[in-house]
Amino acid sequence: MSSEPPLIRAEGLTKHYSSDDGLLDRLFGDTQLVKAVDGVDLEIEDGETLGLVGESGCGKSSLGRTLVQLEEATAGSVYYHDSDSGERVDLTELSSSEMQEYRKEVQFIFQNPDASLNPRLTVEDIIGEAFDIHGIEEGNRNERVRELLETVGLQRSHAGRYPHEFSGGQRQRIGIARALAVDPEFIVCDEPVSALDVSVQAQILNLLEELQEEFGLSYLFIAHDLSVVEHISDRVAVMYLGNIVETGVPEDIFEEPHHPYTEALLSAIPEPDPLWVRDRVQLEGTVPSPIDPPSGCRFHTRCPQIIPPDGMDIEQAVYRDIVGLRQRIREREINVDRVREEFAEGTSTDAVADALVGQEFDHPPSGVHRDRVEEALSLVAENNWERGRELLADHYESVCERREPVLQEDANPKACHLYEQPPTESMDTGSRQQGSADD
Amino acid sequence: MSTEDTTSDGARARTSRRGRIRVTGFDSAAVRDRETFSADRTGISGAAANRRTKAWNRFKQNRSAIIGLAILAFMVFIAVFARPIQVSLLGEGFVIQPFQLAPHNTDTNLVAGNQPPSAEHPFGTSDLGRDIMSQVMVGARFSLAIGVIAVGLAVGIGVPLGAIAGYYGGWVDEAVMRLVDILYAFPFLVLAIVIIAILGQGFWNMIAALVIVGWIGYARLIRGEILSVKENEYVMAAKALGARDRSIIFRHIVPNAIAPVIVQATLAVGTIVLAAAALGFLGLGLQPGTPEWGTILSEGREAVIRGYWWVTTFPGLAIVVFVLAVNLVGDGIRDALDPQDEVGEQEGGFR
Amino acid sequence: MSLRQYVTKRLLLTVPILLGVTVITFLMTHLQPGDPVDVLIPLGANPSEEAIRQLRRQYHLNEPLYVQYFLWLKDAMVFDFGVSIQRDSLVSEAILTRLPYTLLLGVFALFIAVAIGVPAGIIAAVRKGDKVDEVSRIAALLGIATPNFWLGLILIFIFGVQLGWISTIPPSDVSVLDPALLTYMILPAVTLGTASSALLMRIMRSSMIEELNKEYVRMARAKGLAARTVIVKHVARNSLISVVTVAALQIAFIVDGAVVIEQVFSMRGVGRLILQAILQRDFPIIQAGVLMIGVVIVFANLAADIIYSFLDPRIRY
Repeated sequence: MSSEPPLIRAEGLTKHYSSDDGLLDRLFGDTQLVKAVDGVDLEIEDGETLGLVGESGCGKSSLGRTLVQLEEATAGSVYYHDSDSGERVDLTELSSSEMQEYRKEVQFIFQNPDASLNPRLTVEDIIGEAFDIHGIEEGNRNERVRELLETVGLQRSHAGRYPHEFSGGQRQRIGIARALAVDPEFIVCDEPVSALDVSVQAQILNLLEELQEEFGLSYLFIAHDLSVVEHISDRVAVMYLGNIVETGVPEDIFEEPHHPYTEALLSAIPEPDPLWVRDRVQLEGTVPSPIDPPSGCRFHTRCPQIIPPDGMDIEQAVYRDIVGLRQRIREREINVDRVREEFAEGTSTDAVADALVGQEFDHPPSGVHRDRVEEALSLVAENNWERGRELLADHYESVCERREPVLQEDANPKACHLYEQPPTESMDTGSRQQGSADD
Repeated sequence: MSTEDTTSDGARARTSRRGRIRVTGFDSAAVRDRETFSADRTGISGAAANRRTKAWNRFKQNRSAIIGLAILAFMVFIAVFARPIQVSLLGEGFVIQPFQLAPHNTDTNLVAGNQPPSAEHPFGTSDLGRDIMSQVMVGARFSLAIGVIAVGLAVGIGVPLGAIAGYYGGWVDEAVMRLVDILYAFPFLVLAIVIIAILGQGFWNMIAALVIVGWIGYARLIRGEILSVKENEYVMAAKALGARDRSIIFRHIVPNAIAPVIVQATLAVGTIVLAAAALGFLGLGLQPGTPEWGTILSEGREAVIRGYWWVTTFPGLAIVVFVLAVNLVGDGIRDALDPQDEVGEQEGGFR
Repeated sequence: MSLRQYVTKRLLLTVPILLGVTVITFLMTHLQPGDPVDVLIPLGANPSEEAIRQLRRQYHLNEPLYVQYFLWLKDAMVFDFGVSIQRDSLVSEAILTRLPYTLLLGVFALFIAVAIGVPAGIIAAVRKGDKVDEVSRIAALLGIATPNFWLGLILIFIFGVQLGWISTIPPSDVSVLDPALLTYMILPAVTLGTASSALLMRIMRSSMIEELNKEYVRMARAKGLAARTVIVKHVARNSLISVVTVAALQIAFIVDGAVVIEQVFSMRGVGRLILQAILQRDFPIIQAGVLMIGVVIVFANLAADIIYSFLDPRIRY
């Protein structure tokens, strides 16, 4: 890693949205916090492209927006290293008028080219607005706009037209020209190709790569799809529910993903090779709500490789089912009535519990595990959910739900208990260290 | 496509490794060899007609809207040329409009009271002997002026307040919208009557009452529009460029949110004229004797009971025709500004 | 959000609005130019110094404004607005004796509005684009463009003066449900109801058209369900939801109309009482009347919102 400090460095960046709508909610205390970004550390070197991947709703767009101060950070810092002056400023600390200067350094390319251009302005005014705001290129404005249009592969004559006269790909080029107008150092590309046809995607990706070479840009490239990121990124970060769970160079990540979530994302990419034999990883359930994220490792509720307690003799599939069952007991989601209907009045709860096991398990447990599960389900059948939950928690609680894993310090950091984690004593769930830190 | 990683004898082993077969479309060189962005060219339409021309073209094809516009133009013409217009400047009177289309002036003439329509007085005369046709013609000035001024001022207050409330949210929004809610608890005319009771009668007091009652509608309307428009990425993009709030609101948000307000304001000219007429009828409008359409009707009940139908019929018809024309134009503007709606309308129908 | 939470929240939102309504009503007498005591003196009267001091004491005019407000509000809660300035009666009594006439007129008018507007809207939507639709569109536009007081005058002229079918002055000293009064009430109610029906018709028509274009209607038609069944069972019912909200707005519209129509037909209603009070500057009556109207409308809107959220759970969030 170079000795030059990184261009952008986020420390403990956090963005929470409050769900209240108006005074009354605040009075009622109905306010819920959506933890979109929850303490993210990341670095982007000068001239580097960092790919950021995750399912929709994982907070990657919020992270991108908070990084360039389009949204105010709830906590944490974003340090920008000004290579001309050698100064390092915390963008989150700047007032909006101080930030004005840095709007020329950090820019943003939006996902939806239909919505990111003001339909009432001509292309010339859309791109020229940057010059008007910062008072640059005065007198030369129209010529510069036309040059920029050529730079992004459009024609000079397009300047007088309105956005609706262009195709999706062309509009995205206009959006890119607008970002380039202020001659920035760093651009957040928020899924810039996901709204485009596949054939056009490649052209826009190539354009972005060419511009990066020509102007020495750095990108944060956000995508929900690993395959897009693979080709353009120097490094990849995988995000899940507001946290970064793994980072590394694309070759390593694609060759041998470590975090089970990365593996699942990767297996979703179609592979053209008919002789390719890796199993497709199917994730269980849906993404949990970021209002009340799961404890410990946030992925544990869906993780196919969740770690059973030390020394327990249990098949992974069975354990996975028990984790799912515990989840459903906590959410009160088990349909006891449906099972009970099948039995005559006064049937023993044991029989009901036995039937419930059949209903709830794909891989029914055996031996001691079956006894415990049946005991818990009889409690549930007697409407004693809390006791049932506690009983299973006593025996089956995983390290994954107790402790929040951190990114370790190596070339390919991953936040997962399957890999060596720092000893418990020094662990403090609040603070995490970015692995690539060189100080 | 190209293959790599084949074993020496040509047979490939099963593997869990990815990427032995690659789709090379992503290879920059390959794409650059093709024409720069051939697939990208489709969207450009030949004629770069802008929105306003398109909307006007749609409006022109709407027959009833054009009829409404013609009626309005005619009434404006009457209002301007009914009587000469004089302005006094530095103590001297200048006649800026010398024509008089009205057959009579609107003075009282007790000898000729309550005459039915005749060649001399096509609309008859009132109990004080005023020529009703002349009154109706001159009255167009008052009604048109009240409608346009009151709506203009109400839009001028309601749109900025609603825009600021919608854009900033928070306590500004809370304050403006609670005020709107409170004023909404009073019916339009009742509130206007109460305000006139407080301020007293007169042209500008009536305008003030109609504006105080009228702005809340525009504030509510534009706020709702702005809440949805401000979510657009181009607003975020302007922020990313460092645009100031004022420029974001008035350059990016309001122009994209104003269409329903334009429609609403057009239709409101009719509503306001109706309300002003009602106030005039109730004796709370302009000074008695002013040839404002509603004020002419304030003695209408007595006249009707005594059988002098012409006293009420013609001023009332003038109101109906004017408001109808405004509504036709307003509907035309709505259809012209909102082409999507038109498509939906064509699909309707059910038999 | 559950229905119960929504209702609680909506109820609580009503509190500041009601307070605001009372503040505005209270301030009416204080927003006038000049001494607030002036509005308490009958027009033309020239009371002594002592009488004025007495008035100041009676209406707490020597207290700070907010104390005056709370004292006024305390009385207003039990509908005590003191004595009318111009007439020798309690304000509450003057209003309550006239309220039944206005209520009767309003209910009658709303009934006519719904009876004309809803079926006309359904027919216009179903026959969209043909002659029937066009005629009803023009009728609705005319209904909106016609000043209701003028329509009233025309009806009086035709049915009262020319045809002589009805009296041109209301029967006096009869109870509210007296047949003579009910007959007299027909014209005012028709006058008031037609403008409302035009609005209702247009809303009904457009929400019907929207509903008719939905997937489930196309499905039902594709399955071969009879057109009538689809319209009555699904479309009309869903479209009525938006009519409910509009009906609440119609209450404000009808109150406005009542003020004018009662004047046209010389009826002894609350609207005419308020109007006379304004011409005579009888502020206790104006305040009481306006406050009552405001409170009724706030609760009507509340009811509409709650009914709406009950019929269409989507709006709760």
